[in-house]
Amino acid sequence: MAAPFSQPRLLPSGDSAITVEFSRNIDDPANQRVLALDRTLAQTPITGVTETVPTYRSLLVHYDPLLIGFDALSERLAALAQLPVPPVVNTRRWRIPVVYGGQHGIDLEDVARSLKTTPDDIVARHVAGDYRVAMIGFTPGWSYLSGLADSLQMPRRQNPRLLTPAGTISIGGVQTGVQCLAGPSGWHLLGQTAVRTYQLHRDPIFLLEPGDRVTFCAVDAKTFAEQDRAAERGEIVAELMAS
Amino acid sequence: MSKLVISAIGPASSVQDGGRYGAQRYGLTPSGAMDRLALAAANCLVANDPFDAAIEIGPFGATFTARDGAVRVALTGAPRSADLAGRAAALNTSMTLAEGESLTLGFARGGCFSYLAVEGGIRGEPMFGSLAVNARAGLGSPYPRPLQAGDELQVAAASGAAERRIELPAATDGPIRVVMGPQDDEFGDATKLFLDSEWKISATSDRMGYRLEGPVIRHLHGHNIVSDGTVNGSIQVPGNGQPIVLMPDRGTSGGYPKIATVATADHGRFAQIPPGSGFRFKAIGMAEAQAEARKFQQMLRTLPDRLRDIENFDLNLEALQHANLAGAAVSAVDAGTWQIAAPADALAQD
Repeated sequence: MAAPFSQPRLLPSGDSAITVEFSRNIDDPANQRVLALDRTLAQTPITGVTETVPTYRSLLVHYDPLLIGFDALSERLAALAQLPVPPVVNTRRWRIPVVYGGQHGIDLEDVARSLKTTPDDIVARHVAGDYRVAMIGFTPGWSYLSGLADSLQMPRRQNPRLLTPAGTISIGGVQTGVQCLAGPSGWHLLGQTAVRTYQLHRDPIFLLEPGDRVTFCAVDAKTFAEQDRAAERGEIVAELMAS
Repeated sequence: MSKLVISAIGPASSVQDGGRYGAQRYGLTPSGAMDRLALAAANCLVANDPFDAAIEIGPFGATFTARDGAVRVALTGAPRSADLAGRAAALNTSMTLAEGESLTLGFARGGCFSYLAVEGGIRGEPMFGSLAVNARAGLGSPYPRPLQAGDELQVAAASGAAERRIELPAATDGPIRVVMGPQDDEFGDATKLFLDSEWKISATSDRMGYRLEGPVIRHLHGHNIVSDGTVNGSIQVPGNGQPIVLMPDRGTSGGYPKIATVATADHGRFAQIPPGSGFRFKAIGMAEAQAEARKFQQMLRTLPDRLRDIENFDLNLEALQHANLAGAAVSAVDAGTWQIAAPADALAQD
Protein backbone atom coordinates (compact mmCIF):
# COMPACT_ATOMS: atom_id res chain seq x y z
CA MET A 1 0.00 0.00 0.00
CA ALA A 2 1.21 3.46 -0.86
CA ALA A 3 2.30 5.67 2.01
CA PRO A 4 -0.37 8.20 3.01
CA PHE A 5 0.03 11.69 1.68
CA SER A 6 1.62 14.25 3.95
CA GLN A 7 -1.14 16.05 5.81
CA PRO A 8 -1.84 19.56 4.50
CA ARG A 9 -1.90 22.42 6.99
CA LEU A 10 -5.42 23.73 7.68
CA LEU A 11 -4.98 27.43 8.33
CA PRO A 12 -7.76 29.80 9.36
CA SER A 13 -8.30 32.71 6.96
CA GLY A 14 -10.67 34.48 9.31
CA ASP A 15 -13.96 33.00 10.49
CA SER A 16 -15.35 32.15 7.05
CA ALA A 17 -12.50 30.57 5.06
CA ILE A 18 -9.84 27.87 5.46
CA THR A 19 -6.56 27.77 3.59
CA VAL A 20 -5.67 24.13 2.88
CA GLU A 21 -1.93 24.44 2.41
CA PHE A 22 -0.10 21.59 0.69
CA SER A 23 3.26 23.30 0.34
CA ARG A 24 4.96 26.60 1.06
CA ASN A 25 6.66 26.59 -2.32
CA ILE A 26 5.71 26.44 -5.94
CA ASP A 27 5.84 22.74 -6.57
CA ASP A 28 4.02 20.73 -9.13
CA PRO A 29 2.93 17.77 -6.99
CA ALA A 30 1.43 20.20 -4.46
CA ASN A 31 -0.45 22.02 -7.22
CA GLN A 32 -1.79 18.66 -8.49
CA ARG A 33 -3.14 17.92 -5.02
CA VAL A 34 -4.69 21.40 -4.81
CA LEU A 35 -6.48 20.86 -8.10
CA ALA A 36 -7.49 17.32 -7.10
CA LEU A 37 -9.10 18.54 -3.86
CA ASP A 38 -10.80 21.30 -5.83
CA ARG A 39 -12.27 18.71 -8.25
CA THR A 40 -13.35 16.49 -5.36
CA LEU A 41 -15.22 19.36 -3.73
CA ALA A 42 -16.88 20.22 -7.05
CA GLN A 43 -18.04 16.61 -7.51
CA THR A 44 -19.08 15.96 -3.92
CA PRO A 45 -19.96 19.31 -2.38
CA ILE A 46 -19.82 19.87 1.36
CA THR A 47 -22.83 21.75 2.73
CA GLY A 48 -21.74 25.23 3.77
CA VAL A 49 -18.81 25.51 1.35
CA THR A 50 -19.60 28.49 -0.86
CA GLU A 51 -16.58 28.89 -3.13
CA THR A 52 -13.10 27.46 -3.67
CA VAL A 53 -10.02 29.27 -4.97
CA PRO A 54 -7.10 27.09 -6.10
CA THR A 55 -3.61 28.58 -6.00
CA TYR A 56 -0.15 27.09 -6.58
CA ARG A 57 0.17 25.55 -3.20
CA SER A 58 -3.12 25.83 -1.39
CA LEU A 59 -6.86 25.68 -1.82
CA LEU A 60 -8.80 28.51 -0.23
CA VAL A 61 -12.19 27.20 0.87
CA HIS A 62 -14.80 29.87 1.60
CA TYR A 63 -17.67 28.71 3.81
CA ASP A 64 -20.67 29.93 5.75
CA PRO A 65 -20.03 29.56 9.49
CA LEU A 66 -23.79 29.41 10.02
CA LEU A 67 -23.84 26.10 8.18
CA ILE A 68 -20.56 24.46 9.21
CA GLY A 69 -17.92 25.24 11.83
CA PHE A 70 -14.16 25.45 11.45
CA ASP A 71 -13.41 22.17 13.24
CA ALA A 72 -16.00 20.11 11.38
CA LEU A 73 -14.95 21.47 8.00
CA SER A 74 -11.24 21.04 8.75
CA GLU A 75 -11.84 17.40 9.58
CA ARG A 76 -13.75 16.81 6.33
CA LEU A 77 -11.09 18.59 4.25
CA ALA A 78 -8.23 16.73 5.93
CA ALA A 79 -9.93 13.41 5.14
CA LEU A 80 -10.58 14.38 1.50
CA ALA A 81 -6.98 15.53 1.09
CA GLN A 82 -5.87 11.98 1.94
CA LEU A 83 -7.68 10.51 -1.05
CA PRO A 84 -5.41 9.49 -3.93
CA VAL A 85 -5.10 12.11 -6.65
CA PRO A 86 -7.58 10.88 -9.26
CA PRO A 87 -6.31 10.60 -12.81
CA VAL A 88 -7.08 13.72 -14.78
CA VAL A 89 -9.36 13.01 -17.69
CA ASN A 90 -10.43 15.29 -20.51
CA THR A 91 -7.79 17.89 -19.81
CA ARG A 92 -8.29 20.76 -22.20
CA ARG A 93 -5.28 21.79 -24.23
CA TRP A 94 -5.11 25.30 -25.64
CA ARG A 95 -2.77 26.84 -28.18
CA ILE A 96 -2.43 30.56 -27.63
CA PRO A 97 -1.02 32.79 -30.42
CA VAL A 98 1.55 35.37 -29.31
CA VAL A 99 3.27 38.21 -31.11
CA TYR A 100 6.69 38.39 -29.46
CA GLY A 101 8.95 41.38 -28.98
CA GLY A 102 8.86 44.96 -30.25
CA GLN A 103 6.09 47.13 -28.86
CA HIS A 104 4.18 43.94 -27.93
CA GLY A 105 6.93 42.56 -25.69
CA ILE A 106 9.18 45.40 -24.64
CA ASP A 107 11.41 43.28 -22.39
CA LEU A 108 12.28 40.56 -24.92
CA GLU A 109 15.68 42.05 -25.84
CA ASP A 110 16.61 42.77 -22.22
CA VAL A 111 15.65 39.23 -21.24
CA ALA A 112 17.81 37.86 -24.07
CA ARG A 113 20.76 40.01 -22.92
CA SER A 114 20.34 38.94 -19.29
CA LEU A 115 20.20 35.28 -20.28
CA LYS A 116 23.10 35.77 -22.73
CA THR A 117 21.28 34.65 -25.83
CA THR A 118 19.23 36.05 -28.72
CA PRO A 119 15.59 37.20 -28.74
CA ASP A 120 14.80 34.43 -31.26
CA ASP A 121 16.21 31.87 -28.88
CA ILE A 122 14.08 33.21 -26.01
CA VAL A 123 10.99 32.88 -28.22
CA ALA A 124 12.03 29.35 -29.24
CA ARG A 125 12.40 28.36 -25.59
CA HIS A 126 9.05 29.92 -24.65
CA VAL A 127 7.02 28.26 -27.43
CA ALA A 128 8.70 24.91 -26.71
CA GLY A 129 7.11 24.81 -23.25
CA ASP A 130 4.16 22.64 -22.24
CA TYR A 131 2.42 24.62 -19.50
CA ARG A 132 -0.41 24.08 -17.06
CA VAL A 133 -2.75 26.70 -15.59
CA ALA A 134 -1.71 26.46 -11.96
CA MET A 135 -4.00 29.23 -10.77
CA ILE A 136 -5.97 32.26 -11.89
CA GLY A 137 -5.91 35.29 -9.68
CA PHE A 138 -4.89 38.83 -8.91
CA THR A 139 -7.19 40.34 -11.56
CA PRO A 140 -9.86 38.67 -13.72
CA GLY A 141 -8.41 36.06 -16.05
CA TRP A 142 -4.75 36.55 -14.97
CA SER A 143 -3.57 32.96 -15.56
CA TYR A 144 -0.41 31.76 -13.84
CA LEU A 145 1.24 28.88 -15.71
CA SER A 146 3.67 26.32 -14.35
CA GLY A 147 6.18 24.51 -16.52
CA LEU A 148 8.54 27.36 -17.45
CA ALA A 149 11.92 26.05 -18.67
CA ASP A 150 14.79 26.51 -16.20
CA SER A 151 16.62 28.39 -18.95
CA LEU A 152 13.96 31.14 -18.89
CA GLN A 153 13.83 31.71 -15.16
CA MET A 154 15.01 35.06 -13.87
CA PRO A 155 14.07 37.30 -10.92
CA ARG A 156 11.20 39.74 -11.29
CA ARG A 157 11.86 43.39 -12.03
CA GLN A 158 13.10 45.53 -9.15
CA ASN A 159 10.48 48.15 -9.97
CA PRO A 160 7.09 46.83 -10.99
CA ARG A 161 5.44 48.75 -13.84
CA LEU A 162 2.22 50.53 -12.94
CA LEU A 163 0.61 49.75 -16.26
CA THR A 164 1.21 46.88 -18.66
CA PRO A 165 -0.97 46.11 -21.70
CA ALA A 166 -3.97 43.81 -21.87
CA GLY A 167 -3.03 40.42 -23.29
CA THR A 168 0.56 40.58 -22.07
CA ILE A 169 2.53 37.32 -22.04
CA SER A 170 5.29 37.57 -19.46
CA ILE A 171 7.72 35.62 -17.31
CA GLY A 172 8.59 36.08 -13.64
CA GLY A 173 10.60 33.73 -11.46
CA VAL A 174 9.61 30.15 -12.24
CA GLN A 175 6.33 31.17 -13.86
CA THR A 176 4.92 32.44 -17.10
CA GLY A 177 1.55 34.10 -17.39
CA VAL A 178 -1.30 35.26 -19.55
CA GLN A 179 -2.56 38.62 -18.38
CA CYS A 180 -6.01 39.66 -19.52
CA LEU A 181 -6.60 43.23 -18.38
CA ALA A 182 -4.18 46.13 -18.49
CA GLY A 183 -2.67 46.63 -15.06
CA PRO A 184 0.46 46.69 -12.92
CA SER A 185 3.07 43.94 -13.23
CA GLY A 186 6.58 43.23 -12.03
CA TRP A 187 7.22 40.54 -14.65
CA HIS A 188 9.23 40.66 -17.89
CA LEU A 189 7.03 41.29 -20.91
CA LEU A 190 7.81 38.93 -23.82
CA GLY A 191 4.79 39.42 -26.05
CA GLN A 192 1.09 39.93 -26.41
CA THR A 193 -1.87 37.74 -27.34
CA ALA A 194 -5.24 38.70 -28.77
CA VAL A 195 -6.84 35.97 -26.64
CA ARG A 196 -9.12 37.34 -23.93
CA THR A 197 -9.07 34.99 -20.96
CA TYR A 198 -11.88 37.13 -19.55
CA GLN A 199 -14.51 38.77 -21.71
CA LEU A 200 -17.94 39.91 -20.66
CA HIS A 201 -20.89 39.04 -22.91
CA ARG A 202 -18.98 36.08 -24.39
CA ASP A 203 -19.72 32.45 -23.63
CA PRO A 204 -17.67 31.43 -21.75
CA ILE A 205 -16.81 34.62 -19.90
CA PHE A 206 -13.67 32.96 -18.51
CA LEU A 207 -11.74 30.93 -21.09
CA LEU A 208 -9.20 29.03 -19.02
CA GLU A 209 -9.75 26.78 -16.01
CA PRO A 210 -7.14 25.86 -13.42
CA GLY A 211 -5.63 22.58 -14.63
CA ASP A 212 -5.92 23.36 -18.38
CA ARG A 213 -2.79 22.74 -20.50
CA VAL A 214 -1.40 25.59 -22.57
CA THR A 215 1.16 25.94 -25.37
CA PHE A 216 2.12 29.11 -27.22
CA CYS A 217 2.77 29.71 -30.91
CA ALA A 218 4.41 32.75 -32.46
CA VAL A 219 2.43 34.93 -34.88
CA ASP A 220 3.37 38.14 -36.68
CA ALA A 221 2.01 41.58 -35.87
CA LYS A 222 -0.43 41.52 -38.80
CA THR A 223 -1.97 38.24 -37.62
CA PHE A 224 -2.16 39.62 -34.09
CA ALA A 225 -4.07 42.67 -35.35
CA GLU A 226 -6.55 40.45 -37.24
CA GLN A 227 -6.99 38.17 -34.26
CA ASP A 228 -7.45 41.16 -32.00
CA ARG A 229 -10.34 42.40 -34.13
CA ALA A 230 -11.89 38.92 -34.13
CA ALA A 231 -11.47 38.65 -30.36
CA GLU A 232 -13.07 42.04 -29.93
CA ARG A 233 -16.14 40.63 -31.71
CA GLY A 234 -16.26 37.79 -29.21
CA GLU A 235 -14.31 35.09 -31.06
CA ILE A 236 -12.14 32.92 -28.88
CA VAL A 237 -9.01 33.01 -31.13
CA ALA A 238 -7.18 30.49 -28.94
CA GLU A 239 -7.15 27.06 -30.52
CA LEU A 240 -8.65 24.18 -28.54
CA MET A 241 -6.54 21.11 -29.34
CA ALA A 242 -7.65 17.52 -28.90
CA SER A 243 -7.72 16.46 -25.25
CA MET B 1 -40.48 55.42 -13.34
CA SER B 2 -38.63 58.23 -11.65
CA LYS B 3 -35.02 59.25 -11.94
CA LEU B 4 -32.52 59.99 -9.23
CA VAL B 5 -30.04 62.43 -10.69
CA ILE B 6 -26.57 62.70 -9.20
CA SER B 7 -26.27 66.49 -9.10
CA ALA B 8 -22.92 66.49 -7.30
CA ILE B 9 -20.73 63.74 -5.83
CA GLY B 10 -17.17 63.23 -4.61
CA PRO B 11 -14.75 60.42 -5.45
CA ALA B 12 -15.05 56.94 -3.93
CA SER B 13 -18.81 56.85 -4.47
CA SER B 14 -20.38 54.02 -6.44
CA VAL B 15 -23.32 51.66 -6.72
CA GLN B 16 -22.69 48.70 -4.42
CA ASP B 17 -24.67 45.71 -3.20
CA GLY B 18 -23.89 42.45 -1.42
CA GLY B 19 -21.16 41.72 -3.99
CA ARG B 20 -20.60 39.06 -6.63
CA TYR B 21 -19.44 35.68 -5.44
CA GLY B 22 -18.56 32.45 -7.21
CA ALA B 23 -15.84 33.59 -9.62
CA GLN B 24 -12.93 34.31 -7.28
CA ARG B 25 -11.29 31.21 -8.80
CA TYR B 26 -11.05 33.22 -12.05
CA GLY B 27 -9.60 36.27 -10.35
CA LEU B 28 -12.89 38.11 -10.08
CA THR B 29 -13.00 40.03 -6.83
CA PRO B 30 -16.37 40.15 -5.01
CA SER B 31 -16.59 43.95 -4.52
CA GLY B 32 -19.78 44.95 -2.67
CA ALA B 33 -20.51 47.35 0.17
CA MET B 34 -17.74 48.32 2.58
CA ASP B 35 -20.26 48.37 5.47
CA ARG B 36 -22.82 45.62 4.95
CA LEU B 37 -24.85 46.45 8.05
CA ALA B 38 -25.33 50.04 6.89
CA LEU B 39 -26.29 48.82 3.39
CA ALA B 40 -28.80 46.35 4.82
CA ALA B 41 -30.26 48.95 7.20
CA ALA B 42 -30.76 51.46 4.37
CA ASN B 43 -32.48 48.83 2.24
CA CYS B 44 -34.62 47.70 5.17
CA LEU B 45 -35.94 51.26 5.66
CA VAL B 46 -37.41 51.26 2.14
CA ALA B 47 -38.54 47.61 2.25
CA ASN B 48 -35.87 46.33 -0.18
CA ASP B 49 -33.94 43.08 0.21
CA PRO B 50 -30.96 43.60 2.56
CA PHE B 51 -28.26 43.38 -0.10
CA ASP B 52 -29.99 45.17 -2.96
CA ALA B 53 -27.88 47.75 -4.74
CA ALA B 54 -27.65 51.20 -3.17
CA ILE B 55 -25.41 54.21 -3.53
CA GLU B 56 -22.26 53.97 -1.43
CA ILE B 57 -21.20 57.55 -0.74
CA GLY B 58 -17.54 58.23 0.06
CA PRO B 59 -16.24 60.74 2.59
CA PHE B 60 -17.24 63.83 0.59
CA GLY B 61 -20.54 65.56 0.09
CA ALA B 62 -23.17 64.73 -2.51
CA THR B 63 -26.43 66.07 -3.90
CA PHE B 64 -29.23 63.95 -5.35
CA THR B 65 -32.28 65.28 -7.19
CA ALA B 66 -35.58 63.58 -7.99
CA ARG B 67 -36.78 63.89 -11.59
CA ASP B 68 -39.87 62.64 -13.43
CA GLY B 69 -41.60 61.92 -10.14
CA ALA B 70 -40.99 61.49 -6.45
CA VAL B 71 -38.24 59.17 -5.13
CA ARG B 72 -38.19 57.56 -1.69
CA VAL B 73 -34.74 56.95 -0.21
CA ALA B 74 -33.07 56.06 3.10
CA LEU B 75 -29.74 57.24 4.49
CA THR B 76 -27.47 55.20 6.80
CA GLY B 77 -23.77 54.77 7.58
CA ALA B 78 -21.28 57.53 8.34
CA PRO B 79 -22.86 60.50 10.13
CA ARG B 80 -23.07 63.65 8.00
CA SER B 81 -25.33 66.65 7.61
CA ALA B 82 -28.36 66.11 5.37
CA ASP B 83 -30.62 68.75 3.92
CA LEU B 84 -33.79 67.83 2.08
CA ALA B 85 -35.16 70.86 0.25
CA GLY B 86 -34.31 73.15 3.16
CA ARG B 87 -35.36 70.77 5.93
CA ALA B 88 -32.85 68.89 8.09
CA ALA B 89 -33.01 65.17 7.38
CA ALA B 90 -31.88 62.50 9.80
CA LEU B 91 -29.56 59.55 9.46
CA ASN B 92 -31.19 56.12 9.73
CA THR B 93 -34.53 57.28 8.39
CA SER B 94 -36.39 57.07 5.11
CA MET B 95 -37.50 60.24 3.32
CA THR B 96 -39.24 61.16 0.09
CA LEU B 97 -37.86 63.62 -2.43
CA ALA B 98 -40.73 65.23 -4.28
CA GLU B 99 -40.22 65.80 -8.01
CA GLY B 100 -37.48 68.41 -8.39
CA GLU B 101 -36.38 68.32 -4.74
CA SER B 102 -32.75 67.75 -3.79
CA LEU B 103 -31.09 65.94 -0.91
CA THR B 104 -27.74 67.53 -0.07
CA LEU B 105 -25.26 65.65 2.11
CA GLY B 106 -22.18 67.08 3.83
CA PHE B 107 -18.80 65.47 4.50
CA ALA B 108 -18.73 62.29 6.52
CA ARG B 109 -17.95 62.97 10.16
CA GLY B 110 -16.60 60.13 12.28
CA GLY B 111 -16.95 57.59 9.49
CA CYS B 112 -16.21 57.12 5.78
CA PHE B 113 -19.15 55.63 3.90
CA SER B 114 -22.85 56.38 3.88
CA TYR B 115 -25.52 54.44 2.01
CA LEU B 116 -28.47 55.84 0.13
CA ALA B 117 -30.96 53.10 -0.67
CA VAL B 118 -33.78 53.77 -3.11
CA GLU B 119 -37.23 52.25 -2.68
CA GLY B 120 -37.62 49.49 -5.27
CA GLY B 121 -33.85 49.36 -5.83
CA ILE B 122 -31.68 50.68 -8.64
CA ARG B 123 -32.40 49.50 -12.20
CA GLY B 124 -29.42 47.89 -13.88
CA GLU B 125 -28.11 44.83 -15.63
CA PRO B 126 -26.64 42.40 -13.09
CA MET B 127 -23.33 40.74 -13.93
CA PHE B 128 -22.70 37.58 -11.94
CA GLY B 129 -25.85 38.47 -10.04
CA SER B 130 -24.60 41.86 -8.91
CA LEU B 131 -24.71 45.53 -9.88
CA ALA B 132 -21.66 46.32 -7.70
CA VAL B 133 -19.08 48.52 -9.36
CA ASN B 134 -15.66 46.97 -9.89
CA ALA B 135 -14.07 49.65 -12.05
CA ARG B 136 -10.85 47.65 -12.62
CA ALA B 137 -12.78 44.77 -14.21
CA GLY B 138 -15.21 47.03 -16.06
CA LEU B 139 -18.10 45.65 -14.03
CA GLY B 140 -21.04 47.39 -12.47
CA SER B 141 -24.36 48.74 -13.59
CA PRO B 142 -25.84 51.13 -14.61
CA TYR B 143 -22.32 52.64 -14.72
CA PRO B 144 -19.22 50.39 -14.57
CA ARG B 145 -17.30 53.11 -12.73
CA PRO B 146 -17.64 55.40 -9.72
CA LEU B 147 -20.58 57.81 -9.92
CA GLN B 148 -20.11 61.26 -11.43
CA ALA B 149 -22.16 64.43 -11.42
CA GLY B 150 -24.79 64.21 -14.15
CA ASP B 151 -25.34 60.46 -13.84
CA GLU B 152 -28.96 59.36 -13.71
CA LEU B 153 -30.32 56.28 -11.99
CA GLN B 154 -33.62 54.76 -13.12
CA VAL B 155 -35.67 54.08 -10.01
CA ALA B 156 -39.25 53.32 -9.02
CA ALA B 157 -41.70 56.13 -8.34
CA ALA B 158 -42.14 56.69 -4.59
CA SER B 159 -44.87 54.50 -3.11
CA GLY B 160 -46.07 57.07 -0.63
CA ALA B 161 -45.44 54.68 2.26
CA ALA B 162 -45.05 56.24 5.71
CA GLU B 163 -41.48 57.17 6.54
CA ARG B 164 -39.64 54.94 9.01
CA ARG B 165 -36.60 55.12 11.20
CA ILE B 166 -34.43 52.23 12.31
CA GLU B 167 -32.90 51.73 15.74
CA LEU B 168 -29.47 50.26 15.21
CA PRO B 169 -27.33 48.90 18.04
CA ALA B 170 -25.21 51.59 19.69
CA ALA B 171 -21.88 51.97 17.92
CA THR B 172 -18.90 50.57 19.81
CA ASP B 173 -15.37 51.85 19.51
CA GLY B 174 -13.71 48.75 20.96
CA PRO B 175 -10.70 47.13 19.31
CA ILE B 176 -11.08 45.54 15.87
CA ARG B 177 -11.24 41.81 16.47
CA VAL B 178 -9.06 39.51 14.39
CA VAL B 179 -8.42 35.81 13.99
CA MET B 180 -4.67 35.18 13.78
CA GLY B 181 -3.32 33.57 10.61
CA PRO B 182 -3.15 32.13 8.09
CA GLN B 183 0.58 33.04 8.08
CA ASP B 184 1.14 34.43 11.59
CA ASP B 185 3.98 31.91 11.94
CA GLU B 186 5.93 34.10 9.48
CA PHE B 187 6.18 36.82 12.13
CA GLY B 188 7.22 35.32 15.50
CA ASP B 189 7.39 37.97 18.22
CA ALA B 190 6.18 40.65 15.80
CA THR B 191 2.63 39.34 16.29
CA LYS B 192 2.80 40.76 19.84
CA LEU B 193 3.87 44.14 18.47
CA PHE B 194 1.00 43.95 15.98
CA LEU B 195 -1.55 43.32 18.73
CA ASP B 196 -0.09 45.70 21.33
CA SER B 197 0.28 48.77 19.11
CA GLU B 198 -1.99 51.59 18.12
CA TRP B 199 -2.60 51.82 14.35
CA LYS B 200 -3.85 54.51 12.04
CA ILE B 201 -5.49 54.20 8.64
CA SER B 202 -3.31 55.86 5.99
CA ALA B 203 -4.88 58.45 3.71
CA THR B 204 -3.63 56.36 0.77
CA SER B 205 -6.38 53.81 1.29
CA ASP B 206 -9.21 52.79 -0.98
CA ARG B 207 -11.75 50.07 -1.68
CA MET B 208 -8.94 47.60 -2.47
CA GLY B 209 -7.05 47.99 0.76
CA TYR B 210 -6.58 50.09 3.88
CA ARG B 211 -2.93 50.78 4.56
CA LEU B 212 -1.98 51.00 8.20
CA GLU B 213 0.56 53.29 9.82
CA GLY B 214 2.33 52.17 12.97
CA PRO B 215 5.39 50.22 14.06
CA VAL B 216 7.25 48.16 11.46
CA ILE B 217 6.14 44.52 11.56
CA ARG B 218 9.14 42.42 10.60
CA HIS B 219 8.96 39.07 8.86
CA LEU B 220 11.03 36.13 10.06
CA HIS B 221 11.82 34.84 6.56
CA GLY B 222 11.31 37.79 4.21
CA HIS B 223 8.18 39.19 2.70
CA ASN B 224 7.80 37.08 -0.43
CA ILE B 225 5.62 34.06 -0.11
CA VAL B 226 4.06 32.07 -2.89
CA SER B 227 0.69 33.64 -3.71
CA ASP B 228 -2.35 32.22 -2.07
CA GLY B 229 -5.98 33.20 -1.78
CA THR B 230 -7.22 36.27 0.07
CA VAL B 231 -10.47 37.11 1.84
CA ASN B 232 -12.14 40.38 2.86
CA GLY B 233 -10.23 41.44 5.96
CA SER B 234 -6.94 39.64 5.19
CA ILE B 235 -4.14 41.63 6.82
CA GLN B 236 -1.09 41.26 4.62
CA VAL B 237 2.31 42.65 5.51
CA PRO B 238 4.47 43.78 2.57
CA GLY B 239 8.21 44.40 2.66
CA ASN B 240 7.99 47.79 4.38
CA GLY B 241 6.34 46.20 7.42
CA GLN B 242 3.24 48.39 7.23
CA PRO B 243 0.19 46.13 7.08
CA ILE B 244 -2.54 46.44 4.44
CA VAL B 245 -6.04 45.27 5.28
CA LEU B 246 -7.68 43.90 2.13
CA MET B 247 -11.13 45.32 1.40
CA PRO B 248 -13.91 44.19 -1.00
CA ASP B 249 -12.10 45.29 -4.21
CA ARG B 250 -8.95 43.27 -3.21
CA GLY B 251 -6.99 41.04 -5.56
CA THR B 252 -8.20 37.46 -5.18
CA SER B 253 -4.66 36.25 -4.50
CA GLY B 254 -1.64 37.87 -2.95
CA GLY B 255 1.99 37.13 -2.33
CA TYR B 256 2.61 38.80 1.04
CA PRO B 257 2.29 36.92 4.32
CA LYS B 258 -1.02 37.49 6.10
CA ILE B 259 -0.61 37.95 9.83
CA ALA B 260 -4.30 37.93 10.74
CA THR B 261 -7.83 38.37 9.39
CA VAL B 262 -10.46 40.85 10.57
CA ALA B 263 -13.48 39.05 12.04
CA THR B 264 -16.53 39.22 9.75
CA ALA B 265 -18.61 40.93 12.42
CA ASP B 266 -16.13 43.83 12.48
CA HIS B 267 -15.62 44.35 8.72
CA GLY B 268 -18.05 47.26 8.46
CA ARG B 269 -16.90 48.91 11.67
CA PHE B 270 -13.31 48.71 10.46
CA ALA B 271 -14.21 50.11 7.01
CA GLN B 272 -15.75 53.15 8.72
CA ILE B 273 -12.58 54.16 10.63
CA PRO B 274 -11.48 57.46 9.06
CA PRO B 275 -7.89 57.99 7.94
CA GLY B 276 -5.82 59.36 10.81
CA SER B 277 -7.95 57.90 13.60
CA GLY B 278 -6.20 55.54 15.99
CA PHE B 279 -7.43 52.03 16.75
CA ARG B 280 -6.17 48.71 18.06
CA PHE B 281 -6.56 45.06 17.13
CA LYS B 282 -7.56 42.29 19.48
CA ALA B 283 -7.04 38.59 18.75
CA ILE B 284 -10.01 36.34 19.41
CA GLY B 285 -10.36 32.58 19.06
CA MET B 286 -12.14 30.85 16.19
CA ALA B 287 -15.13 29.80 18.32
CA GLU B 288 -15.73 33.38 19.45
CA ALA B 289 -15.26 34.79 15.94
CA GLN B 290 -17.74 32.33 14.48
CA ALA B 291 -20.24 32.96 17.29
CA GLU B 292 -19.94 36.70 16.57
CA ALA B 293 -20.36 36.07 12.84
CA ARG B 294 -23.57 34.14 13.55
CA LYS B 295 -24.83 36.92 15.86
CA PHE B 296 -24.06 39.47 13.14
CA GLN B 297 -25.99 37.43 10.55
CA GLN B 298 -28.88 37.10 12.99
CA MET B 299 -28.93 40.87 13.45
CA LEU B 300 -29.00 41.42 9.68
CA ARG B 301 -31.92 39.02 9.39
CA THR B 302 -33.91 40.73 12.13
CA LEU B 303 -33.35 44.32 10.99
CA PRO B 304 -37.07 44.72 10.13
CA ASP B 305 -37.84 44.27 13.86
CA ARG B 306 -35.88 47.46 14.49
CA LEU B 307 -38.05 49.63 12.25
CA ARG B 308 -40.10 52.32 14.00
CA ASP B 309 -42.71 54.79 12.86
CA ILE B 310 -41.66 58.40 12.85
CA GLU B 311 -44.22 59.87 15.26
CA ASN B 312 -43.20 63.50 15.26
CA PHE B 313 -40.52 65.95 14.37
CA ASP B 314 -38.85 65.74 17.81
CA LEU B 315 -37.68 62.24 17.07
CA ASN B 316 -36.07 63.45 13.91
CA LEU B 317 -34.23 66.12 15.86
CA GLU B 318 -33.09 63.59 18.39
CA ALA B 319 -31.74 61.33 15.68
CA LEU B 320 -30.00 64.26 14.08
CA GLN B 321 -28.40 65.27 17.35
CA HIS B 322 -27.23 61.72 17.86
CA ALA B 323 -25.61 61.80 14.44
CA ASN B 324 -23.83 65.02 15.30
CA LEU B 325 -22.51 63.61 18.58
CA ALA B 326 -21.19 60.55 16.83
CA GLY B 327 -19.40 62.88 14.48
CA ALA B 328 -17.73 64.87 17.24
CA ALA B 329 -14.32 63.49 16.30
CA VAL B 330 -14.10 65.33 13.02
CA SER B 331 -12.52 63.25 10.33
CA ALA B 332 -9.06 64.13 9.07
CA VAL B 333 -10.20 63.37 5.55
CA ASP B 334 -10.03 66.11 2.99
CA ALA B 335 -10.40 66.18 -0.74
CA GLY B 336 -6.66 65.84 -1.30
CA THR B 337 -6.05 62.70 0.67
CA TRP B 338 -8.61 60.06 -0.23
CA GLN B 339 -7.18 58.54 -3.32
CA ILE B 340 -8.97 56.78 -6.07
CA ALA B 341 -6.30 54.57 -7.59
CA ALA B 342 -4.15 52.27 -5.50
CA PRO B 343 -0.39 52.50 -5.93
CA ALA B 344 1.18 49.43 -7.47
CA ASP B 345 2.79 48.26 -4.25
CA ALA B 346 -0.64 47.71 -2.75
CA LEU B 347 -0.95 44.92 -5.25
CA ALA B 348 0.95 41.89 -4.17
CA GLN B 349 1.31 40.12 -7.45
CA ASP B 350 3.18 36.90 -7.25
